Amino acid sequence: MATTKRKRATTRADNQASSEDLLKYYRDMLLIRRFEEKAGQLYGMGLIGGFCHLYIGQEAVVVGMQAATSGDDGVITSYRDHGHMLACGMDSAGVMAELTGREGGYSHGKGGSMHMFSKEKNFYGGHGIVGGQVPLGTGIAFNYKYRGEDKVCLTYLGDGAVNQGQVYESFNMAALWKLPVVYCIENNQYAMGTSTQRHSASPDLYQRGEAYGIPGEQVDGMDVLAVKEAGERAIKHCREGNGPFILELKTYRYRGHSMSDPAKYRTKDELDKMRKEHDPIDMVKKLLIDGNILDEDGLKDIDKEVKAEIAKAAEFAQNSPEPDRSELFTDILIEV
Amino acid sequence: MPIEVLMPALSPTMTEGTLAKWNVKEGDTVQSGDVLAEIETDKATMEVEAVDEGTIGKLIVDAGTENVAVNAVIAYILEEGEDASALDNVNPGEAKAAPKPDDAEENEESSSESSASSSASAAPVQASGAIERAENEPRAMSVMNETRDEKTYSKFKTQTVREALRDAMAEEMRTDENVFVMGEEVAQYQGAYKVTQGLLDEFGDKRVVDTPITEYGFTGLGTGAAFMGLRPVVEFMTFNFAMQAIDHIINSAAKTLYMSGGQLGCPIVFRGPNGAAARVGAQHSQCYASWYAHCPGLKVIAPYSAADAKGLLKAAIRDPNPVVFLENEILYGQSFEVPDDDDFVLPIGQAKIEREGTDVTIVAFSIMVGKALKAAEKLAEEGISAEVINLRTIRPLDVNTIVRSVMKTNRIVTCEEGWHFAGIGAEIASVIMEHAFDYLDAPVARVTGEDVPMPYAANLEVLALPQDQHIVDAAKAVCYR
Repeated sequence: MATTKRKRATTRADNQASSEDLLKYYRDMLLIRRFEEKAGQLYGMGLIGGFCHLYIGQEAVVVGMQAATSGDDGVITSYRDHGHMLACGMDSAGVMAELTGREGGYSHGKGGSMHMFSKEKNFYGGHGIVGGQVPLGTGIAFNYKYRGEDKVCLTYLGDGAVNQGQVYESFNMAALWKLPVVYCIENNQYAMGTSTQRHSASPDLYQRGEAYGIPGEQVDGMDVLAVKEAGERAIKHCREGNGPFILELKTYRYRGHSMSDPAKYRTKDELDKMRKEHDPIDMVKKLLIDGNILDEDGLKDIDKEVKAEIAKAAEFAQNSPEPDRSELFTDILIEV
Repeated sequence: MPIEVLMPALSPTMTEGTLAKWNVKEGDTVQSGDVLAEIETDKATMEVEAVDEGTIGKLIVDAGTENVAVNAVIAYILEEGEDASALDNVNPGEAKAAPKPDDAEENEESSSESSASSSASAAPVQASGAIERAENEPRAMSVMNETRDEKTYSKFKTQTVREALRDAMAEEMRTDENVFVMGEEVAQYQGAYKVTQGLLDEFGDKRVVDTPITEYGFTGLGTGAAFMGLRPVVEFMTFNFAMQAIDHIINSAAKTLYMSGGQLGCPIVFRGPNGAAARVGAQHSQCYASWYAHCPGLKVIAPYSAADAKGLLKAAIRDPNPVVFLENEILYGQSFEVPDDDDFVLPIGQAKIEREGTDVTIVAFSIMVGKALKAAEKLAEEGISAEVINLRTIRPLDVNTIVRSVMKTNRIVTCEEGWHFAGIGAEIASVIMEHAFDYLDAPVARVTGEDVPMPYAANLEVLALPQDQHIVDAAKAVCYR
């Protein structure tokens, strides 16, 4: 078995993505960005409480990975989860209403930003303890194998989580039992405020499975096409019964770790450079225009449509009532 | 209508801040995501980004202004097609009211303190919840069900606790393909304590899974599999090692049903020996009953006899919720009569009166039940009639059975191997005070392990553990004899 390989996928207009695909990626990424901007605004207005971790800048990762799945594959992630849910096809209004803690939210207001689930869309959370989702996702893959289902579990983790012991316990078992799990390391280069250089003895995170014989690949996570291509390779590897695969998706979050983080640990130049030169949405926008797939007016139509959806979601999230008091005592145990 | 740009809160507790700097001027065109301004509080500075696109129509608050209220209008953005005349009718005067939570009218806080008001409104909810539950006594009533008492079976066989546990797993595995066993040495080695003996031969390595020594990882893995509807029985070689895994037992298995609004259940059993064995020292000799019983979302069972072990483990495997099943290594080899019937299941949440009595109630679980029965014999010789209750389930606690017994005997002694502080005895003492205070003729007495890590030396270990004589002494004390 090949161990690790380093490959940066190319991402130019001569790629094989169809116009429909590009339009879909553009719309899906834009939806996530507008959703997060709105969430940030509602947080600022005091309508969203507690912790709120925005995904702005990282949109290409989930949209690219989701495009590589069959649609039936499982997804599990940490607390920076809004983008994952939207990419899985969960309803933006239901997600937003959970952020505002309302009855119409996916968890009826009992989970919040970090804890949402949708069995229907194969999204299994939304977990708040750094690294906790990694053995859980490995267990979901164990379930697929146990039942003989042809599915793969995309298990997302951040560059901070890769230093958790339970991640390696999971790598070991997944490799030992050849479980169909793709570990998607979203390396946004900061574990809260500590940069990868300062928290990881070996910063090449795609190599973290080497000791277990798990192949790894580093991918430009700002390039949705590169992500999709790498995701397809990883998922194929799992489906063919070869066990787990590690993708390190190099990405960047524009906002702080959470809403209350002013992100003073990095320079403004660094952020501006990413925004100007590597923005995942701008990249697809350029492909659409350069490829004569859509003109400025066409793009504006998509923007408007996305904006309208988000406005509706925000409205629902503000108008949905708070959960009934009786909700306090439901869903603690399943009644026998 | 021009779009209002509001002073944002950086955290739920922020009510005002300083508008440090404008990055745009009137007439500038802005896109979503452009930084409009920088704001400051005593703790942090943050950028205000545009959420909409358009032209900056008017800046309302000057750069450098302090104490700007959260949600106050700080600028207007003109939408495409609007000109400055659209600003004629706007009134930035007051802070925008954040939409109030449903019952916010109950309190008077201003909208700028919406986070404070929502936490204030949460307080009465909690309080009324507590009151409702107190009125709802006795709590355990709902868990009573039609399951047959083991005495009503006609055929019995003598079995060790070890064999009963094995049979419970085997029977459930035969009837439900989704049940599998995983843990260290459960398969080829036949179980570190031989509890899983023979399971590998019958069910194969797909369903009897040897794991690496990696409690945190395999507990999380089992929990993830249970989210998908499999029914894992996760064996811990001892519960001492489950401390490495307690994050997944509590944070993942116990809380996900609630956090998901009822979408994702977790039918899993965590089982293995708990409490002191013999001469294995401090790190291998601890009772975790009160640790797990503290947590909503879990059921906690601690069997004593082989019949308990079999009937309750089968119930635990069938239960759709996460169950912590606390066994005892010393009991594994002890033999008891067990109903000889594949359908024998015991109800979770129901205690068993092991011995009836009238003078004092002795409540115990797991290995302490045996010591309590011995104590009752001794007490009988001295003319004291003790009623011995085997809790069987720690959570949900069978309050009914305990309270009814105390109403009869007016005295109670609780027994556990664990430490006294916030232990099961402490909980029972509270329960008795809440439900049977007027029936008590003496303060509740607790027999517990000594408040020390478990020593290795044989004589010290005996001193650290509660013995039947301690129970006899406590019972006599509450009987004033």
